[in-house]
Amino acid sequence: MNIIQHVANLLIRSVFHADPASWPWTWLVQAVVIGIAAFLAFAFVAIFAGPVSWIERRIAGRIQSRIGPNRVGPQGVLQWLADGVKCWLKEDLVPAAADRPLFLAAPYLVFTGMFGAFVVLPFGAQVVAADLNVGILYLLAITSLVVVGLLMAGWGSNSKWALFGGVRSAAQLVSYEVPSAFSLLCVVLLAGTLSTQGIVAAQGGWPWDWFIFRNPFMFAAFFLYFTAAIAEGNRTPFDLPEAESEIVAGYNIEYSGMRFLFFLFAEWANIWIMAAISAFAFLGGWQIPGIAPEQIAATKGWEFVGWQALSWTIFLVKATFLVFVVIQIRWTLPRLRVDQLMITCWKYLVPLSMLMVLGVLVLLALVPEGGGADTILRGAMVGLGLAVVLVSALRVRRTFRVDREHYREMEGRDLWYPPYRLP
Amino acid sequence: MVPAVPPPVRPNPVRAYFGNIRRAVSSTFEGMTVTMSWLFRRPSTIQYPDRTEKPVREMLPETYRGLLEVDLSRCTACLLCAKTCPLGCISIETCKHPDGAREFQTFDIDNGLCMFCGLCAEACNFDALAHTREFEASVSSAEQLTVRFVDRPGRLVAKAKDLPPRRPRGSILAALIPGFGRRRRRAAPPEPPASPAPAPAAGAEGPENPEGTA
Ligand code: SF4
Ligand code: SF4
Repeated sequence: MNIIQHVANLLIRSVFHADPASWPWTWLVQAVVIGIAAFLAFAFVAIFAGPVSWIERRIAGRIQSRIGPNRVGPQGVLQWLADGVKCWLKEDLVPAAADRPLFLAAPYLVFTGMFGAFVVLPFGAQVVAADLNVGILYLLAITSLVVVGLLMAGWGSNSKWALFGGVRSAAQLVSYEVPSAFSLLCVVLLAGTLSTQGIVAAQGGWPWDWFIFRNPFMFAAFFLYFTAAIAEGNRTPFDLPEAESEIVAGYNIEYSGMRFLFFLFAEWANIWIMAAISAFAFLGGWQIPGIAPEQIAATKGWEFVGWQALSWTIFLVKATFLVFVVIQIRWTLPRLRVDQLMITCWKYLVPLSMLMVLGVLVLLALVPEGGGADTILRGAMVGLGLAVVLVSALRVRRTFRVDREHYREMEGRDLWYPPYRLP
Repeated sequence: MVPAVPPPVRPNPVRAYFGNIRRAVSSTFEGMTVTMSWLFRRPSTIQYPDRTEKPVREMLPETYRGLLEVDLSRCTACLLCAKTCPLGCISIETCKHPDGAREFQTFDIDNGLCMFCGLCAEACNFDALAHTREFEASVSSAEQLTVRFVDRPGRLVAKAKDLPPRRPRGSILAALIPGFGRRRRRAAPPEPPASPAPAPAAGAEGPENPEGTA
């Protein structure tokens, strides 16, 4: 039973003193609860997309030796509100020669495509709007709706730059669906289910129970999925649909005001979605180390709520970490050319992800789960993961130290200025 | 006979393929570590106008050619400056009293026209007209750009023989236009106490390093 039915039944029993199975208005209460859940998810997107835009600009600023927005509210935390109000007050222009219905509807379609994904995201042990048994398929399908929206925006704008952007994004999204689907297929193979909650339940709280550290192929599949997901979200280095230097802003060039904001909104929401998918498919999702999902389901009352909140937090932390990685990638890598984009997908990501599926299949047949070989494999992969983290930390430290000396010679000041010291 | 052209050297496609993967992974990794290290570096932004250590005008060099100001108590109304100005932004009018003394009617400088070339200040023989380091000159209407230095009637034209000392630069402009360019300032964020500058070798072993947060 999912959380919506659970809450609805609880309401019916405690408020209306009726038996939910036989009461004639059960469907109405459920519909209301679903509406509330949708509103909560919507509010989450809105509240998440805003601050993330601010955080991204602050991080981008620091990476470029700037400060970033820090004037609206303490340290600029309200910058996103100011931007929102500004966009809200702007005139909503529709070009005279635009295909009006397409032009007007496109942002909402893009947004719906993104928002629909939230339905199956497993936020916590029982916190999921609908635990569909075809969860992953649904995710892949609903996020493809975005292509339609982008194409509509590109075509409807009646501008060659917008059309370029729309066509590029269609080509890009359709291509990158393939490697991302193959990478998720690895997850499905291991979990034996398409349901998002089932995938999380097949993993565990400790890193060695996560799918990413299950075997080398899963480790690679995670990075393949992550790359493909960045491309699907039109993020740098794959942000060709909105390449400012080539096609000015791509599909959204003719948009202004709130409609423009909806495109950005969808982009921010999409970062979150791809981070969340990576987190629940590869990084163990909401699993709490040392606590089995059944134990959580068996608890009652406030204890239940507490465990839910804890699992929710764990999931948020993992996903937010990945969001930071996405943001940092954006400010690290230059944009690919169109041909390079297609080469990356069809020559590298697609064959490699197929290879990963094969590898996972072979290992599934050869290495029984829980056996000695499995344990060794998992241990080695966790070690590899730790090594990657450690080596990158050391590299960061070395890069920093080299420049620190130069800086002191030139400026007479210390270069050290950690992110928590806000100027 | 056609000279034999050596065939173009083609890299082994298999090696090129895996080389590309290796390069993509390693350059992304290196790039990420570099950008990560920038999160721990001091930003070079100067937060103008309100969070600099002192007002920006005080950081400018003495010879900076900012807004013009004239010290009327030293001006002999020789009109050299007005005639030198290629744009004619200085307008000076005087009138003569019956006892022979001359009085300023106007001494206006149109900052909207002025290109801050400094020719007028150079032409002035009495150090009456000079540039200040004031530059924050935005006003809400174009008329306000003209600074009128004759603030009250009865300002007599100076005699070249007995000139009072030059009033400090900028003080006339500041008195003429209260609040002009004096924006509200916030305190700059406090610097943590500067650790005694260690020797270069010791500096690398500073107590803080980005490792823990990386
Ligand atoms: S600085 Fe140049 S342009 Fe301005 S008033 Fe003097 S001479 Fe004219
Ligand atoms: S400011 Fe100098 S140059 Fe101009 S009229 Fe006065 S004395 Fe002459």
